[in-house]
Amino acid sequence: MEAVWFCLLTWMFGTFVVLGGSDLGVGVLHLFVAKSESERLKVLGAIGPVWKGNEVWLVAAGGTMLLAFPRALAVSFSGFYLPLIIILWLLIFRALGIEMRQHVDDRLWKQFWDVSFSAASLVLAVFFGAAIGNVVRGVSLNEKGVFFAPLWTDFGVGGRTGILDWYTVFVALAATAALAHHAALWLNWRTDGAVRERADRVADRLWLPVLFSSLVLLTVSFVVQPTGGDSLRARPWGVVFPLVALGSLFVAGALRKRKKPGQAFLASAAYLYGMMATAAIGVYPYILPARNPAAGLTVHDAAAGAHALRIGLFWWIPGMLMVCGYFVFLYRRILGRERTLGLPGDPQVPHRSQEE
Amino acid sequence: MEELTIHRLQFAFTIVYHYLFPQVTMGLALLIFVLKTMALRGDHTANMAARFWLKIFGLNFIMGVVTGIPMEFQFGTNWSRFTSASGGIIGQTLAMEGVFAFFLESSFLYLLLYEERRLGARGHWVVSVLLFVGSWLSGFFIVCTNAWMQHPVGYEISEEGALQLTSLWALLTNPWAIPQFLHTMVGSVITASFGMAAIGAFYILRGQQLALARRSLSLAVVSGVIASVLAPMPTGDLQAKLVYEHQPITFAAMEGHFHTQEGAPLVLIGQPDLDEMRLDNPIVVPKMLSFLTHRRWSAKIRGLSDFDRELWPDNVELLYYSYHVMAGLGSFFILIMAASAFYLWRGKLHQKRWLLWILMLALPFPFIANTAGWLTAELGRQPWLIHGLMLTADGYSDQVVHGNVLFTLIGFMGMYALLSILYLLVSIRIIVGSNDAPVEAGSRRS
Repeated sequence: MEAVWFCLLTWMFGTFVVLGGSDLGVGVLHLFVAKSESERLKVLGAIGPVWKGNEVWLVAAGGTMLLAFPRALAVSFSGFYLPLIIILWLLIFRALGIEMRQHVDDRLWKQFWDVSFSAASLVLAVFFGAAIGNVVRGVSLNEKGVFFAPLWTDFGVGGRTGILDWYTVFVALAATAALAHHAALWLNWRTDGAVRERADRVADRLWLPVLFSSLVLLTVSFVVQPTGGDSLRARPWGVVFPLVALGSLFVAGALRKRKKPGQAFLASAAYLYGMMATAAIGVYPYILPARNPAAGLTVHDAAAGAHALRIGLFWWIPGMLMVCGYFVFLYRRILGRERTLGLPGDPQVPHRSQEE
Repeated sequence: MEELTIHRLQFAFTIVYHYLFPQVTMGLALLIFVLKTMALRGDHTANMAARFWLKIFGLNFIMGVVTGIPMEFQFGTNWSRFTSASGGIIGQTLAMEGVFAFFLESSFLYLLLYEERRLGARGHWVVSVLLFVGSWLSGFFIVCTNAWMQHPVGYEISEEGALQLTSLWALLTNPWAIPQFLHTMVGSVITASFGMAAIGAFYILRGQQLALARRSLSLAVVSGVIASVLAPMPTGDLQAKLVYEHQPITFAAMEGHFHTQEGAPLVLIGQPDLDEMRLDNPIVVPKMLSFLTHRRWSAKIRGLSDFDRELWPDNVELLYYSYHVMAGLGSFFILIMAASAFYLWRGKLHQKRWLLWILMLALPFPFIANTAGWLTAELGRQPWLIHGLMLTADGYSDQVVHGNVLFTLIGFMGMYALLSILYLLVSIRIIVGSNDAPVEAGSRRS
């Protein structure tokens, strides 16, 4: 039962990375691919109708973790206290960046919120990447089963670890590149004109770094967290996930070159799912590995009571099927439309955005 | 400052600030649904009004979302020992909120706000129903979570001492949750009604947006008078009885009832003096407390001095004032709305400028009353975090270095000060910027 919930949780976080991650990546690229007001509106319009729903995947994944693995949530959230609160502030700024700019028709006002949106997205992408890096590397759980991580110590992975060390910084940069690449494919699909061309170029330039960093991650992680090797030996079929990830990345590159932007984006989604699944199977049966492997928190240690896990499935599965229904409906609506969407917030804006 | 105090202050500050917005959106979702239903039957003015209120709704919704995510996170970051012990139970309701409410609201909000033309009248009405259902479900799951902390049900204590769920049904039908949910929703409708009435009155006094303003004001007065009456009777009354039955110490403290007595009076006004164990400058209704609680004038009510001081709420004065501020304001709401409803019925409300002024200036008070109500619930539960099971002092994250918490508390204050400025700025632009031209979707040059 714990394994079932572990899979569902991985799926939820994976979906956040795929959907919410593309919005984050769009934020990272915002200032680079869109220069004029009409171009910025195009970029914001490409995520406007969906970004709020996409962000819920993160909140709901947190809720699901609380339901199934309350101890894991309690220990990790309090241990990563400072970075998590900073993430909250950044999430506020990012949301404001998207939602506030339309309210005042002023160049400085719009510039301010564009930069807020972009900067907050960039730092969030880095932090989320570092968070995954921290979970894979393991934390310094003490004898009471808790830890408290400072932002950084000596940037080494031994001894008393901080949130940022050479390994997690590398994961963070790799994740940022992967999300930017993913978002470039989205913009390449969902916009047109100069924005689309720039996005295409960004995707082209990022492809090799993403491939390279993925290969490094897939090898170095097993050195940093040796239990990953044991996990794969116990479940050799898990090798399929990194293979899917790498294969999808090649497919994404090829499809983009053949001018099939929609399929290229989907392939990139498969790549992100594959990487998340690889990380998950690498840490399993731990949900929060420790630097000292024996002290790690396993799914069994962290799980809620048997009744809670069983009864939870009865409503969780139909509930999430309904949610999938909403998302299919919403994405079909926006994908069925012409590429140039309005600014989130004002259907008339595309007609009057010739200022600049 | 003590570690526990900082954790409590941060939660109190962020939750009080957060709840300023959902109380608007939950109530407004109902009123917009009513307006859209009127619009579906061909009422063009109602549809215009719905478009205007959707702008207010959208702004408040965003504020609710950005200040709400920190609430979910703080369960883990600041209250990890509580979350670790009780997550197996409250995880159910909190996860349900995500799955059944947040996804629904956040997915369809964009359609509701910006896609009226593409959806058509019927489609737009359906989306307004979805948002209404989503926001009220969200309220239900949160109240259920709180109700479990007030009155734990459907659990057992395992051999290792962890709290484990035994019945999801019991958790969702907690006898505490139903009256608390109704009372909370009624409070939210009061805020939305007063908000709608205040802005409607403002427009009528200024002679601007008259059709929209009159339709809004009429609806707001009708919903306002119904909700203001439902707040004490029966929803508040039911809740007070539950508190008396299950938290008698809290009951005595919030009523300012110090000594056990038969035929206990109901305190309207007075200042509690805990050293002398008495009330200064009291204005009371004799025997009323006994009657309200037991429906018998001479019934005995236990006073605060009967109970072990260790188990008293740690801030009796604030609890007492919170409760009395809520109840006092609630009485004024009934008066104001009853007078407005009377003149509305006689067709003279729009000429009564003094009453329009009162409606306009009353805007802040429902926010204060709702906040005071929640303070009563939360201070009243002290010293318990989970009533009878876990003390607040045992629930916070004790491994978090406490300077960090002070830093984040200050950070939240700065952040929310900025949010307040933006919120006011944009609200004023929406309200004052809507000039005499009829409001069409998207025609306002932002």
